[in-house]
Order: sequence, then C-alpha cells, then structure tokens
Amino acid sequence: MEQLLSEYLPIVIFLGLSAVISIALLIVPFVIAPSNPDPEKLSAYECGFEAFDDSRMRFDVKFYLVAILFIIFDLEVAFLFPWAVSLGDVGLFGFWSMMAFLGVLTIGFIYEWKKGALEWD
Amino acid sequence: METALAMPDLGPALAEIILAVGAMALLMLGVFRGDGSSRAVSIGSIALLIVAAFAVISQPDERVLTFGGAFVMDGFAIVMKCLVLAGSAIAIVMAQSFMARENIDRFEFPVLILLATLGMIMMVSANGLIALYMGLELQSLALYVVASFHRDNTRSTEAGLKYFVLGALASGMLLYGSSLIYGFSGTTNFDVLAGVIAMNGMSTGLIFGLVFLMAGLAFKISAVPFHMWTPDVYEGAPTPVTAFFAAAPKIAAMALFLRVMYGGFADAVFQWQQVVVFISIASMVLGAFAAIGQTNIKRLMAYSSIGHMGFALVGLAAGTPEGVKGVVIYLTIYLIMNAGVFCCILAMRHKEGPVEEISDLAGLSQNQPMLAAVFAMLMFSLAGIPPLAGFFAKFYVFLAAINAGLYALAIIGVLASVVGAFYYLRVVKIIYFDDPAPAFAGPMGSEIRAVLAVSALFTLLFILYPTPVLKMAEGAANSLVPTVEAAEAPAAAAESAH
Amino acid sequence: MIVATIAFYIFAGVAIAAGFMVIAARNPVHSVLFLILAFFNAAGLFVLMGAEFLAMILIIVYVGAVAVLFLFVVMMLDIDFAELREGFLQYMPIGALIGLIVLLELLLVAGTWTLAPEVASLAASPIPPMADVTNAEAIGQVMYTQYVYFFQAAGMVLLVAMIGAIVLTLRKKPDAQRQSIPDQVARTAETAVELKKVEPGQGL
Repeated sequence: MEQLLSEYLPIVIFLGLSAVISIALLIVPFVIAPSNPDPEKLSAYECGFEAFDDSRMRFDVKFYLVAILFIIFDLEVAFLFPWAVSLGDVGLFGFWSMMAFLGVLTIGFIYEWKKGALEWD
Repeated sequence: METALAMPDLGPALAEIILAVGAMALLMLGVFRGDGSSRAVSIGSIALLIVAAFAVISQPDERVLTFGGAFVMDGFAIVMKCLVLAGSAIAIVMAQSFMARENIDRFEFPVLILLATLGMIMMVSANGLIALYMGLELQSLALYVVASFHRDNTRSTEAGLKYFVLGALASGMLLYGSSLIYGFSGTTNFDVLAGVIAMNGMSTGLIFGLVFLMAGLAFKISAVPFHMWTPDVYEGAPTPVTAFFAAAPKIAAMALFLRVMYGGFADAVFQWQQVVVFISIASMVLGAFAAIGQTNIKRLMAYSSIGHMGFALVGLAAGTPEGVKGVVIYLTIYLIMNAGVFCCILAMRHKEGPVEEISDLAGLSQNQPMLAAVFAMLMFSLAGIPPLAGFFAKFYVFLAAINAGLYALAIIGVLASVVGAFYYLRVVKIIYFDDPAPAFAGPMGSEIRAVLAVSALFTLLFILYPTPVLKMAEGAANSLVPTVEAAEAPAAAAESAH
Repeated sequence: MIVATIAFYIFAGVAIAAGFMVIAARNPVHSVLFLILAFFNAAGLFVLMGAEFLAMILIIVYVGAVAVLFLFVVMMLDIDFAELREGFLQYMPIGALIGLIVLLELLLVAGTWTLAPEVASLAASPIPPMADVTNAEAIGQVMYTQYVYFFQAAGMVLLVAMIGAIVLTLRKKPDAQRQSIPDQVARTAETAVELKKVEPGQGL
C-alpha cells in the first residue's frame, strides 16, 4: 500500500504546486491592484436601463438527451477497461460475455440512430 | 479461477434470455417499421410473454442454482414467474386500444413493459443481494418511464417524477441495508447468509441491514408507511399502466420479499416477523380507512391495492409454509380480480375522453346492465364477500395467521376487511341506486371484453373448482420453505454455493 | 505513514464541506460545482484505499458525465431557487431530526461492530495482493465470467435508460430542414442549373 501511495508523489507535488500558484495569483490582485468601487461602476449596464430580469435562460431539453446518451456510452467504455487488461485471463467466455454486452448497447445505438436522437434538430 | 472460467448453465435462465433477446428484436422491428408498428409490436410482445411462460413451465421443479449461486430456479419461482408474465400480458392486451385512442400508442410501450417484466422475473429468481438489486432496478427504471408515458399530460409526468424520486429514495435505503448485511455477514448470497445466521445469530448490524432492506421492499409493494407515492402515481399514470402497476410489479416484489425472508433470513423469523406484522396491520387499516373519502376510482384502487398488500403480508407474517401458500393464492386471485376491475375502469369513457370519477358510474345498471353486474360482482369479490374468489384469498391468509398463533393480526385483518367492504359497497350502491349519469360512449374492445369475461368467470366459479390454484400454491410454498425432512437441503446448498 | 493520514483528513474534510455547500449554496450552478469538488475528493479517498480503478471511474463517469448532466438539468429548469429555498428553514427541524436518527443508528452500528469469526473467509472473492495485479485486472478477472449475470443485467439497465430518455424527451420537429448528403452528391450540373430566357421588361 505504501509503495502504491508513493507512486502518487509526483502528482501530489504537481497538485500542490498548481494550488500554490493559483491561490497566489488570486490573492496578489487583491493586494496590489487599485480598487475604488462605486455603485454606478458596479451596476449591470443594459443599454442605459436597469437590468430587466435574470440573464439566465432555459436550456433546451435536447442538451439533457445528449448528456444522458453520452453517460450511457461513457459507462460502456468504463466497463471496457478491466476487460481489456484481463482479457488474457478471462478466456473465450470473457470475450463473448463482453461481446453480448456490447451487442445490447449496439441495439440501443441503432434505436437511437433510427429515432433521430443523434440529430440536433 | 478455473471454475469461474467455465460457462455457467444458461438453462434455468432460459425465460430471461428469451425475454431479453425478444425485447431487443421487437425494439428493432418497431424502430425500422416506424411509429405505425405499435400494434404489431404489441402482438409480438404478447406472443413473446407466452413463449417465456412455456420456457418457465418447462423447467424442472427442483431447486437449481446457476451463475455462481446468484440465480435460483425452483417450484416457487416457476409459479411466481408465470403470474408475473400473465400480469404483463394482460396489461399489454388492455393497453393497445386505450393508447391508440389517446394518441400515445408508441411501439416503445410494449418493449418497456417487456423489459420491466424481465426485471421482475429476475427479482423472482434472485438468490443474492446483487441479483436482487439488479432485477429491482431494471424493473423500476422501466416503470418510471411508463408511468410518465403520456408525456404531454401534466398528471402523467408528475406521476412519473414522483415515482422516480421516491423510488430512488427506496433504492437508496435498500442499498444501505444490503451493504450493512454484506458488511456484517461477509456474503451477498442468501444461502450462505442463512448459514451465517444459523451459526452466529443476528448481530445488531444485521438487524439494521434487514430493517433497511425491508423498508426498500415495502416501498415496492406500497405497504404503509412507504405507500405515499401510490395514490398519486395510480391517478396520474395512463389507466392501462395503472392496471399493470397494480398487478405484476406487486407480485414480483412480494415474491422477492418472500424469497429474502424465507431464504436468507429464515432463522431470523423473530426479528422480521415484528416488522411484517406492523406494516401488514398499518397497510390493512390505512387501505380501508383512507379509501372511504376517495372520489376518483383510480385513487380508490390505489388504496385498495395498499390494503390488499396488507392482507397478503398477513400470510408472510405467519412465517410458515402455510403462510406462503396463502400469499401465493392471494396474489393469484388478486391478479385476476384486479385485471377485471381495470377492464371496467377502461370502459369508463365519454366521447371527449376517459372519465375517472366514481360519480360517473351512477346509473350504470340502467345504461349497461351487464357491465354493471360484472363490476358489482368484482367489487363484492374485492371486499371478500363469501362465495366469490376474493373471500378465499383472505380466508387462506387468515387461516395461516391463526395457525401460527397470530390471533391479534387475524382479528385486525377481519375488522379492516369489514371497514374496506364499506367503500367497495359504496361503489355498488352508486352503480345501482344513484340517479343516472350520462352513459359511457362506445362498446368495449373485444380484447377487453375477453379479459373481463375470464376474470369474472374465475372470480365467480373459483368456489367450484379451487384445486388447481391450491395445488399450485402448495407446490410453490413447499419448494420455498423446505419441510422438516428436507431441512438439510439449504445447508448443503450453502456449502456447494460457497 | 503520516502523509497518507494527513491526505485522508484533507480529502475527507473537503468532501464533507463540499457536500454541505451543495445543499447550502444559493446558486444551483455553484451547487453543481461543489458536487464536482466532492467527487474529486471522494476519488482521492479511493486512491488512499488503493482502489485506483474506482477513483478513475469516479472522475470519468461522475465528474465527466453525471455532473455535466446535472448542470444541464439545473439550467433547463426555470425555477426561482431563491423562492424555493424559503421553505428550507421551515423544514430544517424535521430534516435535522431525521439526520440525527440516521447518525445515531450509524453510531449504534459502529459501536456494536462484531464480525462473525468466519466472515473474513466468506468474502466472495478475496482481494488479490495489490503488488501482483492492478485493480482493473482484479475486477476484470471476475466481472465478465463469475459475475456475468450482473454484467449482462447492467447492460439491460443501460438499454432501458436509453429507451427511457428518448421516449420521454425526444421531440421531432416535422418541418425541420435536414441536410441530405446522398441528394447533394447525386446532383449534377443538369439538375442544379436551369437556364431561362428572360424577356425584357417581363420578369419571370
């Protein structure tokens, strides 16, 4: 276990370094940059009017569909990693087991394609 | 490792494989033939369910384990799977014309029902915590989608969303309980778990795990206090979907409940009996009293189903083979009565669309005397009035409870069924004695007529020839709960699974 | 190993703080960002336990996909979250009560932690030594053969998810103009260009 963790030393150092640099870059402007705020400077500017309402707008539900279809294939790929590294041990049965799994998801993929879920409009 | 590399025996899981492959084939058929193919896919789905039922029946009666002990096939599983498959087939038969009239007859509906059914028969055969969870999730996920299948209807969408959020919560509790059980026993396999409990008894951690697991399962059979989703979901979902929800998933979840309690926790009867007695009483009482104030027939059926699950739990609480037999009889009769009642509800429509208020039934006896008579008869049966099938369902579970010494439970059950009879009879009163409301439009479809006829005949004539159902239930009970001479069998199975 | 202990407390502390901020942040988009922070720290905890593969999956699937999905969902909903939050304090006591009960139960479980003596030997598939096989290999050796049933069931669950997402959200616009590549390719000069003789002062 300790040996495993020590393998992570470079990335820990890297993360520490990047944390220090980014925090420093955040703090330094607070200290040295000039700052004279007044209400007019800070208010939102919308063609000379006060802001009418929230600038957030609703996303189309299509984004959700794309994201969820992506998750499904993301998970499929996640299942492929252990299979790839242990293919030598699991033999023919392990191979065909994955092929059946991929077959199921390919059926789903054909369904998506024919339904037009992969088209944007 | 060598044994793991060998291909497991796929024979016992034949029905599951048929359903999975068939559902995918029908999905492809539907998507390549376009939206007009929903009728063809529906017919194909029914055929597939029948083929799967034959695959189930062809299995041998004795207990067979496969997939490293995670999957079990025995006499109990055969009976329960046949009930589930029948429930799903009836739901698809009932749905076709309704969905077409509402313009939501998309071919995905039967496919989703098939996949939900696949999850259910996996639940029935689950012999471990992981198999239990996979089956349950497959079933639930498909059910969430069909609940909001009428996606342009706010009520239907709301039903799906509510079911999903509360179902996810229940799944979370179930998983938490499962992880406690695994942590304290070191196994996910029910046979091995039974061995561990027989050797070491129930530790506090295992009891917590058991209670959380039971809470998750109680949600799925909508037992009080985990019933809050039921009325809203039943009311909002399209009527054939409600008919489906009230039958097949309940049977599968109840089968799973029996399997977990009599399989993994067979030696912890003392611990789980208290909980089952509590949720049974709570469900019977709440089902009876809350239904009185309902004006919507689908909400009424929701409370009715809560109450009926309470009655079925009486058999489970008995903790004896006789109790299991009672539950199986109860579920069989409930499935058939329920199909009939929902056929009647499907007939409730005016020209503008379906109506769901109980007051719309007024004067049915004059407009459609035949339908009125059948509806009233089914209501009497649901209430448990003697010569009808519903009476025998209750009779066998109460008999089991009394023989197991649970007198208080049986007495409360009888009282609850008397209160429950009130609201069923109120429906009958509205049908026969209230001033007529406008007549319902159009004749019923021939397929709905057929389901209704079978249901009515069964309910009416059960008293004359109950032997097949009793025999079937007895066989199922004996295969789930081994009698004294076969008591060594689970221990041996545990050893071999390990 | 002191570094590992320090790392554990950092990861665990930040994960809990981020988890709290998920429900406490005013802006739902910030909630999602705190959720991502919580996922990262949980991945760190997995690494500390030697479960590198799970840590990787947590980053790829949860941070890479699930958090993005949440972000879309948050942006899709047109809800005034400030208004929604007004009831928060009102439900606080009952929420706190439930939290307390669950905490007590957890303590009870932890306090009575007695494993049956043969439990360790019962563990379905013992973990192979980490020096010999990596996480991913150890999972791969059992998942596709011994646990094939669960594996295929997972495939069916994913299929249902796909069908469900499309059934519930896909809407076709009948009048959408789509590119048809075969039609474009099949076009020739004859079909593409039409010469018309226009009379002066008449137009077409």
